[in-house]
Amino acid sequence: MEIGKLQRRYLDFTSTLFHEGFLDNQFTQLQQLQDESSPEFVLEVVTLFFEDSEKLLDELSRTLDQQAVDFKKVDAHVHQLKGSSASIGAQRVKNVCVAFRNFCEEMNQEGCLRCLRQVRNEYFLVKNKLETLFALEQQIVAAGGSVPMMW
Amino acid sequence: MAKRWVSFADDKQCMGRRRSRNVLLVLTLLCCVSCSMWLFWGSGSWGILEKLGGRDLRYPRKQILFDRFNISKYHLRSLALLISSLEQVNCFFCFLIMNGLEVLPIPGFPVGPTGPVQERFFKCMNKSIDDVKLSSSLLHTLAEINAEVDHNQGQENLIGSDIFFEGRCLMQIGCDGAAKSSLPDNIPEKIMRSSANMDAIFLKEICKMRMDSETLPYERELVNSSQDHHRVFSEMLFDMLPMLIVAVGFFSIGFAFGRFTKSSHKQFRQQQHYRQHSKGSGKWSKKLLFLGIIFGLSVALWIFVSMNATITERRKETLVNMCDERARMLQDQFNVSMNHVHALAILVSTFHHGKQPSTIDQQIFAEYTARTAFERPLMSGVAYALRVLHEEREQFEKKYGWKIKKMETEDQSLVKDDFNPEKLDPSPVQDEYAPVIFSQETVSHIVSIDMMSGKSNHLGVVLTFAVYNTSLPPNATPEERIRATVGYLGASFDVPSLVDKLLHQLASKQTIVVNLYDTTNVSAPIRMYGPDAAGAGEMYISGVDFGDPIRKHEMHCRFKHKPQLPWSAITMSVGVAVIVLLVGHIFHAALNRIEEVEDDYRIMSELKVQAEAADVAKSQFLATVSHEIRTPMNGVLGMLQMLMDTELDETQQDFAKTAQLSGKALIALINEVLDLAKIESGRLELEAVPFDPRDILDNVLSLFSDQSQAKGIEMAVYVSEQVPEILIGDPGRFRQIITNLVGNSVKFTEKGHIFVSVYHIEEVRNMEDDQCETLSGCQVVDKQKIWDNFTLLKSSTEGDNAINLIVTVEDTGVGIPQDAQSRIFTPFMQADSSTSRTYGGTGIGLSISKCLVDLMEGEIGFVSQSGIGSTFSFTAVFKEASKSSGDIKRHYTDSILSSFQGLRALVADGRCIRARIIKYHLQRLGILVDVVTKQQNAVQTIVDCCSTSGRSHIDMFLVDKDAWGERSGISFPRFLSESLRNGVVMHKELQPKMFLIATSLNPTEVYDLKLAGYVDSMLKPLRLSMIVACLQKALGMSQKRQPTKAKPMTLQSILRGKNILVVDDNLVNQKVAAGTLKKFGAIVTCADSGKEAIRRLQPPHNFDACFMDVQMPEMDGFEATQKVREMENTVNKLIESGDVSPEIYGNSRWHVPILAMTADVIQATHEHCLSKGMDDYVSKPFEEQQLYSAVAHFFESDTIDRIS
Repeated sequence: MEIGKLQRRYLDFTSTLFHEGFLDNQFTQLQQLQDESSPEFVLEVVTLFFEDSEKLLDELSRTLDQQAVDFKKVDAHVHQLKGSSASIGAQRVKNVCVAFRNFCEEMNQEGCLRCLRQVRNEYFLVKNKLETLFALEQQIVAAGGSVPMMW
Repeated sequence: MAKRWVSFADDKQCMGRRRSRNVLLVLTLLCCVSCSMWLFWGSGSWGILEKLGGRDLRYPRKQILFDRFNISKYHLRSLALLISSLEQVNCFFCFLIMNGLEVLPIPGFPVGPTGPVQERFFKCMNKSIDDVKLSSSLLHTLAEINAEVDHNQGQENLIGSDIFFEGRCLMQIGCDGAAKSSLPDNIPEKIMRSSANMDAIFLKEICKMRMDSETLPYERELVNSSQDHHRVFSEMLFDMLPMLIVAVGFFSIGFAFGRFTKSSHKQFRQQQHYRQHSKGSGKWSKKLLFLGIIFGLSVALWIFVSMNATITERRKETLVNMCDERARMLQDQFNVSMNHVHALAILVSTFHHGKQPSTIDQQIFAEYTARTAFERPLMSGVAYALRVLHEEREQFEKKYGWKIKKMETEDQSLVKDDFNPEKLDPSPVQDEYAPVIFSQETVSHIVSIDMMSGKSNHLGVVLTFAVYNTSLPPNATPEERIRATVGYLGASFDVPSLVDKLLHQLASKQTIVVNLYDTTNVSAPIRMYGPDAAGAGEMYISGVDFGDPIRKHEMHCRFKHKPQLPWSAITMSVGVAVIVLLVGHIFHAALNRIEEVEDDYRIMSELKVQAEAADVAKSQFLATVSHEIRTPMNGVLGMLQMLMDTELDETQQDFAKTAQLSGKALIALINEVLDLAKIESGRLELEAVPFDPRDILDNVLSLFSDQSQAKGIEMAVYVSEQVPEILIGDPGRFRQIITNLVGNSVKFTEKGHIFVSVYHIEEVRNMEDDQCETLSGCQVVDKQKIWDNFTLLKSSTEGDNAINLIVTVEDTGVGIPQDAQSRIFTPFMQADSSTSRTYGGTGIGLSISKCLVDLMEGEIGFVSQSGIGSTFSFTAVFKEASKSSGDIKRHYTDSILSSFQGLRALVADGRCIRARIIKYHLQRLGILVDVVTKQQNAVQTIVDCCSTSGRSHIDMFLVDKDAWGERSGISFPRFLSESLRNGVVMHKELQPKMFLIATSLNPTEVYDLKLAGYVDSMLKPLRLSMIVACLQKALGMSQKRQPTKAKPMTLQSILRGKNILVVDDNLVNQKVAAGTLKKFGAIVTCADSGKEAIRRLQPPHNFDACFMDVQMPEMDGFEATQKVREMENTVNKLIESGDVSPEIYGNSRWHVPILAMTADVIQATHEHCLSKGMDDYVSKPFEEQQLYSAVAHFFESDTIDRIS
């Protein structure tokens, strides 16, 4: 019963994530890629994303704090962030990245900073959510159940 | 623009008007020139000359000649008279003298006692002869004139005979004289001789003169004075001709120079500069023209001035000539008279003083002088005064019985009637007296008057000759002469009558005024003759010598009338000026016109350039815009596809599908527009790759199979056996054309059929009328009409391995209305606007098709009839591929096809064309096909092959649903079994598999045919793939290579076991990509930079493909790809050159497929990727379908390559 409850929670939570736009179809695809040969695929990828993103965010805030902003560099970072977020399906992060890049092209430092804040926000939101999701998964697995699939 | 055209139209009208005006101008000019020419020469030669010619001049001169001659004649006659008067003189002397003159002494003539008399007579005669000579010389001169005058008239003979005749007269006179003197017979002969001699002299003179006449321009001009104007005129004209030529040359040179400078400028200058220069040189040539006109006008002026001068000159010359002539004639005549008087003096001396007693008395003298008065027509009278010294006066007066009287100065006058010499006073005492003793009767009143005693108040000329006593030596001194003088012979001249008479004899007496002056006293000249009123114009003075050295005389001549206006000069110069102006106008008009035309041309060419630029810009804009639209549209479509893959409810799915369909339609349209733009901007180039035309046709049919099945239209393709399996050309464009045509057909056809046939052009050329029915039995239009228009069909211009195909798409659709047929190939034109409403479409397809066909060196044409259908046909030139070129992409490998090799099939169909199509498809699979058309024959054949096992085994039997009428195919098995029931045993296993071919089948029919014994059914349009699938299923062939429908499975099957390198600097992306590919069974290696990728892709390696991120730091995907390709090329070259054996690298040719990965659909366009050496691109994150299509492309061909 516990497992069933957990599974239901997991499904609800996941659909909320999709519904609220934190995640998109790409995440589903990622989940599909996970099989016996790589049971922790999604977790690995997402962890990689977290590491990568945090590094990038630090880098970004450092770059943007400088007097003379190297927008090229900023753009490259944002591009990276956008690519990885798209890869894991972190849709809202990706969307902000798109706006971010536009400001980069305009060399709008203020806009960039605003975007950076937004991205950071979104990133931590999605990180929270994903961590919750993984925690749920682990609970399910720990409870001996299997992670339910949405498809 | 419209305005512009209107103005052009106006210009055109203006041009027309101007042209006609110019023509008129030229005509007028020609008229003027010819008229003036006619006037100059024509009138010069016969008009005016005729009127004023020498006739009037000639006759007076002739008369003068005759007059002069007569004078001589009279002279001789007077001599004869004299002789007859002097009875006592032996006439012989006279003739002797005459003879002596001729140095013909008559033998036996006694020179006797009459010696001195003879001598005197001789002298006298000598004088007379001199006179004769003189008159002959006068005659001579006049004859010259006369001959000259008559020269042109060819009347010399007449004159000659006239003169001759006068000579006769002379002779006759001589004879008269002889007869009067009753001379012996032989004398007249002499006279005759001498006369004849004179004749000869005359004639000789005349002859000579005639010859001389030609060398006497002076005389000629005199005579021809009336012609002067005309001659001057024509001479001037000739003088002027070069001038005119020069002037015209001036114009033309100016003109040509203008042109030349323009054209040279045109060549060397830029267009902007050209405009300026064209105007500049136009101005320049206009200036030149202006100069030319001025020059021409000045030439005209010069002509006028010089002609006028010449005319004046000639007038003056004429005056001089006339004056001189008159003076000379006057002098001559005077001399003649003087000679007469002289002769008379000698006569007196001889007969009065030389004789004792004197043989002359007053009576004889008076009689003689009266009778010889005709000889001195200009003298009023002659008188002889004796020289009487004072001491002899008494004696003299006594002798004559009267006193010597003094000439009264007061009232003495010759003309006074009451003049009485008796009243005169006796002469005062003087040393010497000269009383008149003899006088002519006209002046008999002066007898006894002393001529030395006074002066008369009357003006006149008295000619006085001294009469010497006979013994005067020829070279006597004046003193001797004075001493020898015995008397004076005086003759009074009547000057006015002399001159009058003379002038009367001369022509043109009206034209000039002649005045004769005695200018001995220069300050007060005495007018001897002539009117008081001075004539007009200038005067010419010629000297007249009357033989008196003391006195000087002059003749003043002047014209009576003022000179006429020089009309000829005026006409001439005005004519020239008019010509010059006309020519100038013509050139000016021409220059203007040329300038205008050039301006127009320039405007036109500018407009043309603009229009062309606009057109190019339009095409470029279209191409660019289309391209720019296409890229985001790809994104839209991709996203839509992804959206449809997600969980959607029915409605959402429907919306998404609609959106995707619309997007696809939009893409298709954009592609078409892009194509057209590309074609129009000339950037479309055809590929030349090997392809299978049959495959392409199947493909096209597949595209439309759904639609045709839904509409229930029968659709079929037939490719002739003559068409090679593999051609070289542009398959995409070939497909596009056919797709366009078939698409149109499908769109516009509701029932009936669409039939695509491909023939080699040679077949069509030799094709007889097809006896077969049409595919669906519906009427179609005659395609032969299209073919008739193809030039390719008429001329066989095939190259070495060129293949001319003729593709025909025939449908039974609505047809194209007649009025719309002409614009069917125009872009964006449909038959009418309602068409696009009903059927949709842009109408761009056909024009693209036409362009493509043109590019393929073919022709396209169509025949259409409303309500029956349309048939489109086009030709295209391809190259035949050599068999070895095997790297062509085909749907089916030979191995699949070979599995059907050698099977036998029976096709039964009532329509041979349908049967032929089935046969065509089956033959492609290597199946042997028999065709029967009759149901009965079909049954028979099946029964035969079933009963006789072995040779003629039939593996399959195919029949159309409507083979012999509606649904007859379905009932065929029943018909067969019914036939079989008639005792024929059939081995079930030998019975061929039966297939039904139908356009459409409803579920009940499917059920029915299963029941009837059909193995399966094939739905038209027949395609190789479908037939293969159907046959494989029915014949139970191996399924292992059958591609499954599910695409992820396919992707899996393609990618399984493949070594794939994923290059991405983003670890997350890398991981995701790797994971995806791994999922499809690929062995994935990752690289996180371009450099590493290069390192890993250094041949030899074992990667089958590489997915490369485009945007990477340090070295992006494009650069890395280029590097990789460079490496590969180096290796390939090494292998090719044999430096390295292929074994080392394990592959003879390296080319690893590199696919770009990009999230940016817009940036990473297909073309861009290809240009950087990449093979394709996939969007990131991976979209299955796209990934499949990209990957399958390489690995499938790879598979085929390996198999082959």
